[in-house]
Amino acid sequence: MPSCRKRRDWRREVRQLSDWKAEVEEIVYPGKICVPYSWTVGSTLSKWYVQLRDDGEIWANRCPTCEKVYVPPKVKCIQCYKDMSEWVKLPGTGILETYTVVYYEEPGLHPKKPPFIYGIIKMDGADTGIVHLVDKVDPDKVKVGMKVEAVLAKQREGNIMDIKYFRPVA
Amino acid sequence: MERVAVIGVAQTKYEKGKRETFHELIFDVATRALADAGITVADVDNVVSVSSDFWDGRTISSMAIMDAAGAFGKDISTVEGDGTFGALYAMMRLLSGSFGVTMLCAHHKGSESNMNGITNTSFDPLVERKLGLDAISSGALQARRYMSRYNILEQQLAAVSVKNHGNAMRNPYAMLPMEITVDDVMNSTMLASPLKKLDCSPVCDGAAAMIIAAERNAKKLTTNKKRVWLKGVGHCTDAYRLGDRDLADTRALKQAARKAYAMAGVEPWDIDVAEVYDAFTYMEPMWLEGLGFCDDGMGPEYIERGVFNSDGDLPVNVSGGRLSANPVQVAGLAEMIECVLQLRGEARKRQVPGAEIALAQGINGMCGQSHCVWILGK
Repeated sequence: MPSCRKRRDWRREVRQLSDWKAEVEEIVYPGKICVPYSWTVGSTLSKWYVQLRDDGEIWANRCPTCEKVYVPPKVKCIQCYKDMSEWVKLPGTGILETYTVVYYEEPGLHPKKPPFIYGIIKMDGADTGIVHLVDKVDPDKVKVGMKVEAVLAKQREGNIMDIKYFRPVA
Repeated sequence: MERVAVIGVAQTKYEKGKRETFHELIFDVATRALADAGITVADVDNVVSVSSDFWDGRTISSMAIMDAAGAFGKDISTVEGDGTFGALYAMMRLLSGSFGVTMLCAHHKGSESNMNGITNTSFDPLVERKLGLDAISSGALQARRYMSRYNILEQQLAAVSVKNHGNAMRNPYAMLPMEITVDDVMNSTMLASPLKKLDCSPVCDGAAAMIIAAERNAKKLTTNKKRVWLKGVGHCTDAYRLGDRDLADTRALKQAARKAYAMAGVEPWDIDVAEVYDAFTYMEPMWLEGLGFCDDGMGPEYIERGVFNSDGDLPVNVSGGRLSANPVQVAGLAEMIECVLQLRGEARKRQVPGAEIALAQGINGMCGQSHCVWILGK
């Protein structure tokens, strides 16, 4: 009968494979993959991080063809595919283009306990944004379009955390 | 160029905590896809799989499932990304002329590992990864940028969750069928503002398989009723760093869509049913704008007016979408399978009457860095 066939099809469609668990004891192995890496930072980003670490300055580089200024710097312009010729020093200020207040906990990943704020800061003197932490502002008061400035870490190691966070310009 | 048809499809129910191995899941869907096409594993001579080594916890993850996919004594080649990109590669191998009937399969388990930890590793270890960003927090940055550029309210995005979870009530494969209200979404736990729990797709497990064949084989092996044609495809990628993009801009999707429409010889208004990648609520209106179904920034208003409801002008995510089941690498393939079922008239309670042209759109990379758009037709 057509109606019976229909019912059988439907059950097959949504079949729960895990029916076997009624007959077989399930075994689960916990595991963890820990593999060390040493990622080379390369010529362009190494230069950027050394400037940040040793001089406390944020630099960018400019495409000779379209004049787009990138921060973090690029090896080549992503649009023109041209070698980046000129380095420019940025004032370290910018506009908060977007942000999020993070409320969930992920202790293995997050640099601090929630709530904390991530933002994309469109940097003054550049055409791109830096993704980073935004701090020294109440999560309820943070606004798109806010003027912010980079606060650098006192002990700098040559990585992105040498910028401690961005904070509103008083 | 020879036409290519989908001749068989199968998928598991999508749910959290599946108790089968990847191998068992692929055996299940591959076997049922072969049965759906009415062919045997001996008819298949090209196998393409889609998986992520990080999520599997195993490198070259396709090798472990090759026999399940029917590749023993043949060849298997893998795409690490969304299922829509796997379908693109499968079709390209087929059209090279070197291969015949092709098995495409995808598997994913979010619940065996840590989603945030894995999506964090997609960020550059030299720059952003140290900040602890993941799919949810970066999605939240994109959501806010989209909302502030076009003056969109959180309530408007919540309506997407209401619509798609409601649609899932009619899809037995979906993980989260729910009758909910805008208030339920607004009151759900805030994860990363403006994204609340019900703005985000769930951690999910599942597998799917699709068999494709060139016209000469398809017509020999299957009946007309089973055949659905892959009419057009387009793909395009934007910048890697979030700060190098305007996250409210959909230029990569616009290009991908343009190519897919041109190849299929259709326009956006020809589409009868669409599945788009709503990993988060805000993505559905953004991608609908990029696909040309409305002007930039107008998506939420159209959704409020019911244009994309299951009984609207263009039903979108009648499956319940990724908000109701998001088996990451499988997701785009599940979209294509939903399109196939709709075009065959086999979508039962969620069938869009008379659907003849369907669209599926998948993404790769954080915040929709890369897009793949498919047009399928009868």
